[in-house]
Amino acid sequence: MRVLVIILLMLAALPARGEEVIAGLSQNRVSLTVNFEGSEILIYGAVRRDGPLPEGPLDVVISVEGPPLPAVIWRKARRAGIWVNTESQEVRAAPSYYAVASTAPLRDILSPDADLTHRISTRLAIFEARTAPEARDPAAFTEALIRIREDEGLYQSRENAVALERDTLFSTRMTLPKNIVEGRYAARVFLVREGDVIDVFETVIDVQKAVLERWLFNLAYQQPFLYGLLALGLAVFFGWGASAAFRLMR
Amino acid sequence: MQIYLPIAETSVNAFTLLGVGGGVGMLSGMFGVGGGFLITPLLFFIGVPPAVAVATGVNQVVASSISGVLAHLKRKTVDLRMGLVLLLGGLIGSVIGIWFFNLMQRLGQIDLIVQLSYVIFLGIIGALMFNESLRAILRSKNPNAPRRKLHTHIWLHNLPFKMKFRASGLYISVFPPLLVGVGVGILAAVMGVGGGFVLVPAMIYLLGMPTKVVIGTSLFQVTFVAAFTTMAHAVTNQSVDVMLAIFLILGGVVGAQIGTRVGLRLKAEQLRILLALLVLAVCAKIAFDLLWTPSELYSITIPGRF
Repeated sequence: MRVLVIILLMLAALPARGEEVIAGLSQNRVSLTVNFEGSEILIYGAVRRDGPLPEGPLDVVISVEGPPLPAVIWRKARRAGIWVNTESQEVRAAPSYYAVASTAPLRDILSPDADLTHRISTRLAIFEARTAPEARDPAAFTEALIRIREDEGLYQSRENAVALERDTLFSTRMTLPKNIVEGRYAARVFLVREGDVIDVFETVIDVQKAVLERWLFNLAYQQPFLYGLLALGLAVFFGWGASAAFRLMR
Repeated sequence: MQIYLPIAETSVNAFTLLGVGGGVGMLSGMFGVGGGFLITPLLFFIGVPPAVAVATGVNQVVASSISGVLAHLKRKTVDLRMGLVLLLGGLIGSVIGIWFFNLMQRLGQIDLIVQLSYVIFLGIIGALMFNESLRAILRSKNPNAPRRKLHTHIWLHNLPFKMKFRASGLYISVFPPLLVGVGVGILAAVMGVGGGFVLVPAMIYLLGMPTKVVIGTSLFQVTFVAAFTTMAHAVTNQSVDVMLAIFLILGGVVGAQIGTRVGLRLKAEQLRILLALLVLAVCAKIAFDLLWTPSELYSITIPGRF
């Protein structure tokens, strides 16, 4: 009897077959040019199905994840009257940008298991380091990380931001703020039915510094001595040149 | 218009940057100060990471003092021998400062150290300037007030290794100028300033140098120490942002030209009081940020970035 129930449950949990998601982006490249002020990317797509429309609600979840980086989170405390960084906690990897948009609140449409498998909600996208046993309240540090990045527009959790028409066509807009770092951004589109992910579409957005910025950044890190000479050369040229020019004008 | 800074990895408004550079440039033209001690904290306020603000500020100092030092060299108002001793001290100080800066950055305390040193130095300088200009105004109203004696020998000058500084008319131990140089070098590396605001009074009151060579010699030392410190920051922690520097420099050189002309038409003492009040206001703002309970107790640092 028990075996029968389990089999029935497993059958029920099995994804409804024959539904596939196809998606596209308004742009696959973002260039961090001199006057970059942030960018908006339209993500759109459709659900392809062979058979008739299955029963039950269909949901779409879209996430965009920037390159993960290690981070140190500091907590200030008052020491001798002034506020000083006193405690810190490391995070093994936290996405430098993470936006998740969905047709409904994530907790209503996604089972915890599916969330964990695909690491969809912001909290699960962050890989915490093993915390030291003496650490007080380690969760507060991760929460602070999310809160600070949400304030900066780097983390976005936008429920009901995906428009789904006739269970087939969907679209949403993702905003990339001006302070994003460069790298490969993974965009994922999840098709969700009854709490489970039944199909995933993945693509990449390439965020790169524009030619000049790229060149300066590489020079600074790979040829720091030359870069320093360049900085000095420019300072001497502009500092001396400008006053010479003003003298000529007089 | 926003400008993307490739090293700071963020965008700031180009006109704000030109305004900061130009405004501080005007002040430096009017008062003959370098202005690094105002540029760096103003950069904090507009959201440039402190490490980048310090290293780029010191790069800007090179630009703002280079034409001055060339003019003084031409007019022979540089005590080269004294300048070289101060410079040697400055390079030693810069190395110490860079080491300390990088250590504090690893410990996650660099923002605090930079802010604290600004509170202390701006507080002292602002108070001294305020006091000095208030007295100057009183003196101009009362011409019979006693004048201060310029050159007095103190025990510091009689330490061993005495040296002749002909252009300054001094015969003193090399240690006082060397130590002054070290102190200024540390300030340059940690605070991103030229250090003229410490160097000039130290040369006049501590070393007893005649005023006619003080400005030229201090510019000589400041230019080379700033150049060395820029290189050291670029090589050891990659925090010099050329894009940011160009905007500050462009604003600065234009502002300085305007400032020099405006300064000629205005009364120096009253202006000096205004500058003193401005310095004290910047100091108060930074102090307030350190003392007031912050709205966000947490902050994030990414190893290897700013």
